[in-house]
Amino acid sequence: MTASPPAPEAPAAAIEARGLTKRFGDRVALADVGFAAAPGELLAVIGPNGAGKTTLLSLLAGIREPDAGEIHLPRGEVGFVPQQAALYRRLTVAENLRLFARLERVDDVEGTVERMLGQTGLGERRDDQAGTLSGGNQQRINIAIGLLSSPAVLLLDEPSTGLDPRQRGRLWEFVLALAGRGTTVIFTTHDISEAERYAERVLVLADGQGLFDGTIGELHAAAPAGGAESSDFESAFVRFLAERGH
Amino acid sequence: MRWLLLKDLQIMRRSPLLTVLLIAYPIVIAVLIGFALSRGPDKPRVAFLNEVPPDSPLSVGGEDFDLAGARSELCERIECVPVSSEEEARQKVESGDVLGALILPADLIDKLQTLAGLDPESPTVKILVNEEDPIKAGLVDDRISALLAAANLRISQEVSDVSTSYLNILLNGGDFSFLGDDGFNVLGLRKSEQILRGVRRQLPPDSPDLDALDSVIRFSHLASENLGVAGQLLSSVSQPIKVDKEVVSGDTPSLDTFAIAVAATITLMFVTVLLVAGSLALEREENAFARLTRSLVSKSALLCEKILLGVVVSLVVTLLMLAGLGLFVDLDWGRFGLWIPAILAGGAGFAAFGAAIGGAAKEVRAASLLAFMISLPVAFLSLIPSGTVAPGLYDAIGVVTALFPFDPALRALTGALDAGGPAIGIAIVHLVILVVAYGALARLAVRRFA
Ligand SMILES: Nc1ncnc2c1ncn2[C@@H]1O[C@H](COP(=O)(O)OP(=O)(O)O)[C@@H](O)[C@H]1O
Ligand SMILES: [Mg+2]
Repeated sequence: MTASPPAPEAPAAAIEARGLTKRFGDRVALADVGFAAAPGELLAVIGPNGAGKTTLLSLLAGIREPDAGEIHLPRGEVGFVPQQAALYRRLTVAENLRLFARLERVDDVEGTVERMLGQTGLGERRDDQAGTLSGGNQQRINIAIGLLSSPAVLLLDEPSTGLDPRQRGRLWEFVLALAGRGTTVIFTTHDISEAERYAERVLVLADGQGLFDGTIGELHAAAPAGGAESSDFESAFVRFLAERGH
Repeated sequence: MRWLLLKDLQIMRRSPLLTVLLIAYPIVIAVLIGFALSRGPDKPRVAFLNEVPPDSPLSVGGEDFDLAGARSELCERIECVPVSSEEEARQKVESGDVLGALILPADLIDKLQTLAGLDPESPTVKILVNEEDPIKAGLVDDRISALLAAANLRISQEVSDVSTSYLNILLNGGDFSFLGDDGFNVLGLRKSEQILRGVRRQLPPDSPDLDALDSVIRFSHLASENLGVAGQLLSSVSQPIKVDKEVVSGDTPSLDTFAIAVAATITLMFVTVLLVAGSLALEREENAFARLTRSLVSKSALLCEKILLGVVVSLVVTLLMLAGLGLFVDLDWGRFGLWIPAILAGGAGFAAFGAAIGGAAKEVRAASLLAFMISLPVAFLSLIPSGTVAPGLYDAIGVVTALFPFDPALRALTGALDAGGPAIGIAIVHLVILVVAYGALARLAVRRFA
């Protein structure tokens, strides 16, 4: 798919991108990708490794400049949560939150820190150094830091990588609650089942190309039929990619 | 920026190894150097053989030359080990028991005496040096050369005094005694001229001797005028350059100051370069760099914060170190006002250099390793004294070391600690240029980060 036509609910879109292209030297990491997402929507960007998912998020976050295309953010800031926890392991949970709240210049630093401690459920561990926390808890703080500026859109790059199933469950609980409060959440994953379970819509990337933009059901329908034993979403996805030469 | 600085200090405080290193390192260096300095540089042991017969008086031009005084002056600066023969001296030098031997031959006085006479012979002293330890041997060489130069100057002064007095007698007449002979009276050129003029007046105008007498009068007149000038000439030759010596800073030998400056600069270098390089690399290691620079702070501001961190910490640590050293050696606290700009400029130079290294390395370990690998050789190169390598190589080393902050920082600190040191202003300008250059390099390096 190339730049998708603006959705009917375009005026209400929290984020909208058109014709995004990014090259690294000769390599085209992203070619003419576009989409839009509404407030409170959970959008998964899926695709194999090297498909361009991280590159897309870094363009949306403003970390990199696109070579072509444009991004509209009618409702303000985006929050970005990198794949690896970006926090200081020698600072405590509260100190990390406080530092980034100050750098974000939020009005009520202490109030915001308390709110985030509440939302992450890490209030009891506020004075522990972040490095002593489990990967799952570090990821929650990582996300909480991304939320400090109360962004309209939250970008999560492979948020559940490296977490055990229980940690994943609690992470998604947290993310779903965010979306429930109206934050648009765009997350990347190469775990198809995760996208199937939590995302309302999926954007499929492969070799920098946007191949599909729609609901899970629509992706199922678009994939060629397989055998009875391979009717699950994952194999449907693989067949979908194979049919398009990826 | 304030919060970032606070954060880095907080992280430092929580890194026990780093803190121990930053505090213990300068203290250990200070104690070691202070101990070494307060013991004073070991007097080199030198065997001393005096073959001059004890009862031979040395008098040059009627004045006694104080040989015993010269000897005790020498033995104040080096540890004199008396030996009884040249063979024993040679043995002691070979075995390393002494670093060198100084032998005053038996004919030294006789030859010294001839200097003031008509058939001068150069007096010679003999020096045996053990070259096994070239640095110390050089030290002995230097001290003995300095002593001999001083002695030579004194002797030539005396010789010229004697010559001048001979000239005076020749000119004006007087008693003349040579090598203890009974004196005889010399008439002198000026008096001769007067006598001759008197004689001429009494001669009849047609005397045939008149022409001959006139030429003798002309000669004695010319001779007395020109020899009068020669006396001044002679005294100027005996001391070709007048030395105007001014003792400025009490009794601190400049070697001590230099050693302190080296210790302070090395401390400044390691603390600052490692801290800044490590702290910048840590931002990447913790993945915080992209998060910080996305919208919270600019990359340039982050670099400035790191450099500021380096400057603040290095100022504290270096002052701590100097205070520690102050327990052992006399520091000129009156120059404190100059220490601060020197430390600040040096710290900034090392910090910018560290930022460039931290920007080039991906992780803290690599940054530390890189910092060590570049800093140490540069520091060693900067300490190579001139004259120890070929001039072309020395110039090349000068160019290389000018590209790194160690050399100008050392100059700034030496200049700040001692009035006799290099110009601190030039060194600081040099450092400022390096701060800008390395800052730009660091900025280029972090462009690749994200
Ligand atoms: N900084 C970079 N320099 C060069 N190539 C890059 C860079 N970042 C990503 N790429 C390339 O761009 C492509 C997409 O990368 P990425 O967006 O990280 O994929 P994904 O996140 O989907 O695994 C890959 O081929 C990758 O090698
Ligand atoms: Mg990725």
